Amino acid sequence: MKNPVLEIKDLRTSFNIKGDYYAAVDGVSITVHENEVVAIVGESGCGKSALALSVMGLHDRKATKLEGQVNFAGQNLLTLTRSRLDKVRGKDIGMIFQDPMTALNPLAIIGRQIEEPMDYHMKLSASEKKKRTLELLRRVGIKNEQRVYEQYPHELSGGMRQRVVIAIALACDPVLLLADEPTTALDVTIQAQIMDLMKELQNQMKTGIILITHDLGVVAEMADRVVVMYAGEVVEIADVKDLFENPLHPYTRSLLNSIPSNMEGKEKLHVIDGIVPSIQNLDRKGCRFAPRIAWIPEEDHEEIPEMHEAAPNHFVRCSCYKTFYFPEDRVGEKEYVATNS
Amino acid sequence: MSLLTVNDLKVHYPIRGGFFRKVVDHVRAVDGISFELQPGETYGLVGESGCGKTTSGRALIGLNKATSGEMLFEGKDLAKLSRAERRNYTKDIQMIFQDPYSSLNGRKNVLNIIAEPLRNFERLSPKEELLRVQELVARVGLSPESIYKYPHQFSGGQRQRIGIARALALNPKLIIADEPVSALDVSVQAQVLNFMQEIQEEFNLTYLFISHDLGIIQHMCDRIGIMYRGRFVEEGTASDIYNNPQHVYTKRLIAAIPEMNPEKRFEKMHLRQSINQEYQTEYNNYFDKDGRMFDLKRVSDTHSVAML
Amino acid sequence: MLKFILRRALLMIPQLILLSLIIFMLSKAMPGDAVTGAFMSNPNVSPEQVEKIREKLGLNDPWYEQYGRWIGKAVQGDFGQSYVHKQPVTSLLAGRIENTVLLSLFTAIVIYLLAIPLGIVAGRWTDTWADKMIVTYNYFAFATPLFIFALLMLFLFSFILGWFPIGGSGNIRIDPGSWEYIVDRAKHLFLPVMSGALIGTYGTIQYLRNDIIDQKIKDYVKTARSKGVPEGKVYTRHILRNSLLPIAAFLGYEITGLISGSIFIESIYSYPGLGQLFLQSIAQRDFTVVTALVMVSGAAVIIGTLLSDIILSIVDPRIRIE
Repeated sequence: MKNPVLEIKDLRTSFNIKGDYYAAVDGVSITVHENEVVAIVGESGCGKSALALSVMGLHDRKATKLEGQVNFAGQNLLTLTRSRLDKVRGKDIGMIFQDPMTALNPLAIIGRQIEEPMDYHMKLSASEKKKRTLELLRRVGIKNEQRVYEQYPHELSGGMRQRVVIAIALACDPVLLLADEPTTALDVTIQAQIMDLMKELQNQMKTGIILITHDLGVVAEMADRVVVMYAGEVVEIADVKDLFENPLHPYTRSLLNSIPSNMEGKEKLHVIDGIVPSIQNLDRKGCRFAPRIAWIPEEDHEEIPEMHEAAPNHFVRCSCYKTFYFPEDRVGEKEYVATNS
Repeated sequence: MSLLTVNDLKVHYPIRGGFFRKVVDHVRAVDGISFELQPGETYGLVGESGCGKTTSGRALIGLNKATSGEMLFEGKDLAKLSRAERRNYTKDIQMIFQDPYSSLNGRKNVLNIIAEPLRNFERLSPKEELLRVQELVARVGLSPESIYKYPHQFSGGQRQRIGIARALALNPKLIIADEPVSALDVSVQAQVLNFMQEIQEEFNLTYLFISHDLGIIQHMCDRIGIMYRGRFVEEGTASDIYNNPQHVYTKRLIAAIPEMNPEKRFEKMHLRQSINQEYQTEYNNYFDKDGRMFDLKRVSDTHSVAML
Repeated sequence: MLKFILRRALLMIPQLILLSLIIFMLSKAMPGDAVTGAFMSNPNVSPEQVEKIREKLGLNDPWYEQYGRWIGKAVQGDFGQSYVHKQPVTSLLAGRIENTVLLSLFTAIVIYLLAIPLGIVAGRWTDTWADKMIVTYNYFAFATPLFIFALLMLFLFSFILGWFPIGGSGNIRIDPGSWEYIVDRAKHLFLPVMSGALIGTYGTIQYLRNDIIDQKIKDYVKTARSKGVPEGKVYTRHILRNSLLPIAAFLGYEITGLISGSIFIESIYSYPGLGQLFLQSIAQRDFTVVTALVMVSGAAVIIGTLLSDIILSIVDPRIRIE
């Protein structure tokens, strides 16, 4: 068995909205092992980004309450002081952000931005840092690294900038990478390039990766294990192959059915009834997905939905998956069938 | 007869430089594209950011000025019409925008948003107008009382429906949809796409569907034009493009669609690598010495490719 | 870069011509002229004589001839004679320009010395008591009229406490160059500078505070934090660099703004600068002086704008000049 790198235990991240705290991440437990890519997937408002920010300590400290544990290298990151946390961030954990157009400081040259984490975490001379930086640039697929070193962010294309952002995350050989929608802001062909680059780097470096995304295509291409989130909770955890071959939770199944590229020709897409509740209006009792599959009788849901191991290493929340079906009188009745089965 | 015929459309912007800010060159945002829309079909314009797809759509509706070329709508050249004449045609061509947040005026309620085009073109009594708006709101699946609400009180998908209701108000023949679902979550996307298909049948609409998402284009479109740097690299039916892509750029785009089968992910990665290789080794077959695409050449009745 | 500066400098010429034309027209449009001010109230001069003087001075010529004469000499540095002071306008201005520039420069320095640290503190530690105090101070600075504040300062520190001289720019009996002279000049400058500066911090503090609050939540700051950059360094290396940039670029505007805005301060402290001269000259209808002053301050604004553009293009890599 591989060693766990990061253990998130019962994490609850609550935001202060007009004086009251509402949990955006509501009791989430996830373990990431060495050399494993764990994808966290869900639609906006499911809490996946709040989870990433909590792990990195990047939330707004005044308006956020954190409970639970984020165990990394023998310490709970949630209880570390700012200066202790700064010894971990950028060194053992690197982060890749969504929008490469805004993630870099517009007034500093690329070289310095990649060297910056080395300033704090590695004892290197200026020339050693530069050498390492040039090597990193080559490793993320930038060929004219000498020139890019001296350039400012605005002089680079979006794809190049995202490569730089990855180089920054890798600067101090982290054991864990947190990638928050790393390809969402990119063009299709650039997205493919960045996905391939990340796969390649992961193969070489054997880091654990938490990949946060809304795109099931990206999940299928990159992940080893998948965590599906809905309304602040984990609803399904499975190996990537199992998830796409045998999705269990009604939400996962609905999601897969609403992707156009899964459907041949002009079939109707599946539409999930209703909308994702906001964290203030969320009914936290019972199955949170129940209001959106109203044709499933109430007794099929659990009162306090638990995670069940429905198949080896395949976990699903609530018992409603057992009897869930797509009603025939509704559009999108045609169930998504895994292409490889 | 085709509903819309675009002939060698160009939209260029001047680049100024030098001491006296003279025009030194042009940005060729759209550099000579031609296509036809048949009534009732959905035509997809695909490409990556900066390829000129949005500029083309905006030129058709008059938001960008065409530098040259023809845009024949039911036989009349839109580019040659005066402002006043053009007004009659703007009724028939409507646009749906990408961002349902910024394309709706936040200070107007739904009634006023949807009634705006009606007020511009039709003289209705307030009562008739209210009836029409209620009809439209019901058609896009919003509750009747929502006409007195404001855009911020709706979710993204609902807002996009309001945008569609506004576009439908004048019974247009052609709807230009510029990335209509890009800002939406997958499940909401599905809602809007289904709905667009329904109203297409009901109102016999023709769509010009602009998107960067090849999955959505494949799902929605009968025929597809692939754009790259202001020009067409390939045009054909959905099956021509997806099952038999000819141009290396098209191949690259299609290979970039994430593989939904986890077991084939490395296969896909290698496919991409081999296409990149082809891009390099056979560059001269696809681009002339200035790096410009060749003109489209027919390879079958429905399928054209920009190759040597 | 050189090309850009040259281009901008050339663009200034039509601006200056337009400015001079407007000023000339306005001065002609004002009721009365130099002769009216100097002789009309004098009962010993008959209207016929006044008319003769007008003819002699060319005041009856068509406007474009007068303008041509005026501008022709102005470019050579000759703005004519002051009718009131009976000396060339140029030499009248010379001494005062130095005074005003000195006043504005020191005011600008004090403004930045105060506003930058205060803006940073307020922006970084928002909603703390320090921020609240700074914001309160800023509201006062914004709401207080300059002339009332300056009068108060004068009353308190000069009349009641007697710490500072009541007016002037220095004691002419002290030998220039000596230490005593410098102290004396400083004493005369202190109150005018402080009155202008304490109130003039408003814009800079407000801007800096807001901009830091905006920058704090930007993605590149998250990137910096995720690198493990200590909080202090997040500010000095990232946020402040971005926030201070427009302030540096604004320097040109700020100084010219102070130069042309010195009217109140100089009048209240009877500080012999351009502003004070301006008010006096209007009162005495000394139009040659007024037009020269408006021309000079207008030119200063145009040059200041150029200066700001140049600074911005140097400090911001995103602005590329070819």
